[in-house]
Amino acid sequence: MTVTERQQLSYIAAQAADARVNLEIETEGMTLNIGPQHPATHGTLRIVAKLDGEQVVAAEPVMGYMHRGYEKLAEVRTYPQVTTLINRIDWLGSFANEVPFILAAERLMEVEAPPRAQWIRTILFELSRIANITLFLGDMAVQVGAITPVFFAFRDREHVLNQIEAATGGRFHPNFDRIGGLKDDLPAGWVAETRGAMRKIRAFCDEIEELVEGNEIFQARTRGIGVIPPGVGLSYGLTGANIRASGVDWDVRRDSPCGLVHDQVDWKVWTHPDGDSFARFWVRLQETREATKIVDQLLDGIPSGPIMAKVPVIIKVPAGEAYVETENPLGVMGYYVVSKGDLNPFRVKIRSASFSNVSITPWLLRGVYVPDIITILGSLYFILGDIDR
Amino acid sequence: MSSTDTAGPSTEAPRAPDSAGTAADAEAGALLGRARNALGDALVGSHISAGELWLRVESESWADLAAWLRDTEGFGFFSFLSAIDWMPSPFGRDMDSAVDNTLDQPEPKEAPPTETGVSGGDTRFQLLARVSDVTTGRSVIAKADLSTDDLRAPSWVAVYPGADWHEREAWEMFGIDFDGHPGLRHIYLPGEFEGHPLRKDYPLLARRVKPWPGLVDVELMPETDDGGDDGEGAAP
Repeated sequence: MTVTERQQLSYIAAQAADARVNLEIETEGMTLNIGPQHPATHGTLRIVAKLDGEQVVAAEPVMGYMHRGYEKLAEVRTYPQVTTLINRIDWLGSFANEVPFILAAERLMEVEAPPRAQWIRTILFELSRIANITLFLGDMAVQVGAITPVFFAFRDREHVLNQIEAATGGRFHPNFDRIGGLKDDLPAGWVAETRGAMRKIRAFCDEIEELVEGNEIFQARTRGIGVIPPGVGLSYGLTGANIRASGVDWDVRRDSPCGLVHDQVDWKVWTHPDGDSFARFWVRLQETREATKIVDQLLDGIPSGPIMAKVPVIIKVPAGEAYVETENPLGVMGYYVVSKGDLNPFRVKIRSASFSNVSITPWLLRGVYVPDIITILGSLYFILGDIDR
Repeated sequence: MSSTDTAGPSTEAPRAPDSAGTAADAEAGALLGRARNALGDALVGSHISAGELWLRVESESWADLAAWLRDTEGFGFFSFLSAIDWMPSPFGRDMDSAVDNTLDQPEPKEAPPTETGVSGGDTRFQLLARVSDVTTGRSVIAKADLSTDDLRAPSWVAVYPGADWHEREAWEMFGIDFDGHPGLRHIYLPGEFEGHPLRKDYPLLARRVKPWPGLVDVELMPETDDGGDDGEGAAP
């Protein structure tokens, strides 16, 4: 019997014992609204939980508070204008949102970005990941009552945001990716500064490891809680660290690379067999550290050359359909672009990671205790803009 | 390499030659052959490009396709489910507001013919879904035409539980009913909302009532208003 199974069984036993108590003292059912303004929801998500004592009988997320209708809006924007919108889907890692859409448009146009643009794209892509997940690492500790780590996270995320700002001009919404390349080249001295930022992020990861990961309270609150079996996770469309924490060794960056240069560097996909809240935290911590190593290696070998391929000034995308997905900070994000040879896309289906990641919550929250709702939601790590689009 | 179309125009030329692409295309071709055997006449269209396989089935066989993909072929990962409205927008390309139309003469807005994309299509609404096999990296894009009189298809929820929310979204945005779905109700929009926003004939009201900022928002800067006599804009 593995550790996980034992934990799972003890958790189920505790739940059964509690259900017996509830039965004996005839607790009354109650409906608890969590949110829409709860810090664990990263935006405005409401969870309506039906409780029996301290246990959740049924939980139903209510969303749409931030629905902006990007799929409809994209139909009346030209292709270069669409990136402005989709920047705001996952606002903590916004550059990463632009990449799959641009790659899909490039595939339809049969354009390929020059090597230098591909490398800088990959670097910025990984920097977005670090900026995004850094906040999670601090935030996860807040969910169990530790306030300090999130300040460390905000402090050290700034180093990465500064680099993104120096290169793109925007801290949160770079709007920097173009069909056929990038808007600008890197500024002077950027490479050395980014190396320094990566060192600081690695120090931050060590700090979080010492401060949070080994903490007894943190372990007690997350180990064996919210266990997702791999098969269930996949059928709900879970991606990213959430599914890798269930032992599924799958990373789009490695397994179906498209347009980015992750295959040029040496890195590792981290998985964890447990599938619980702790595993999701642990995998993200390793991924952040791995991303700094990817960036470091990429910085060493940026090829010289142009940053834009030859594309027409007015971009018309030939008729066709393409789906491109990339491994974004929150999970797999993809765009299904239907073009009719016009200035604007005919239809854009946005497959955002958080929407699928959160769709498992009614299944996952059934039977858990109220305080665990918060750690489970925190560990699934979603951004509301990525759910509501 | 895109010659395996059984219906519809082959719009996509082969992707830039990378060795993985052709191998993936061959694998997709083999999968297409198995799909023909398993689904028979229900499979009405297919397309292969860039290693990606499109399968178009009759809407009655929509759930059978999902079951076959998951149980026989091992596509355990559910990526997304949505729909496409192939009708060209009756509001013209830009959905320009009335103000914009008076600025530059509107082109006559006759409806262009409805064209459907890869793997073909017969009706206005088409379901679109994608599943993957994460162990081998294969994936399939599934499509199904829906009868225009009765937008209805079997639900995928029994096969892929993750389809639940995606079908609620498609129901809300396109008005497609899914038989066997545990509870089709609004997911993003308020309960009393009327209409199906992602249909092409649903106007984007924000664009209809408000001029597009890029065209008419030409406002003189304050200092250039009247010669700049207040000295604020004067160079030192």
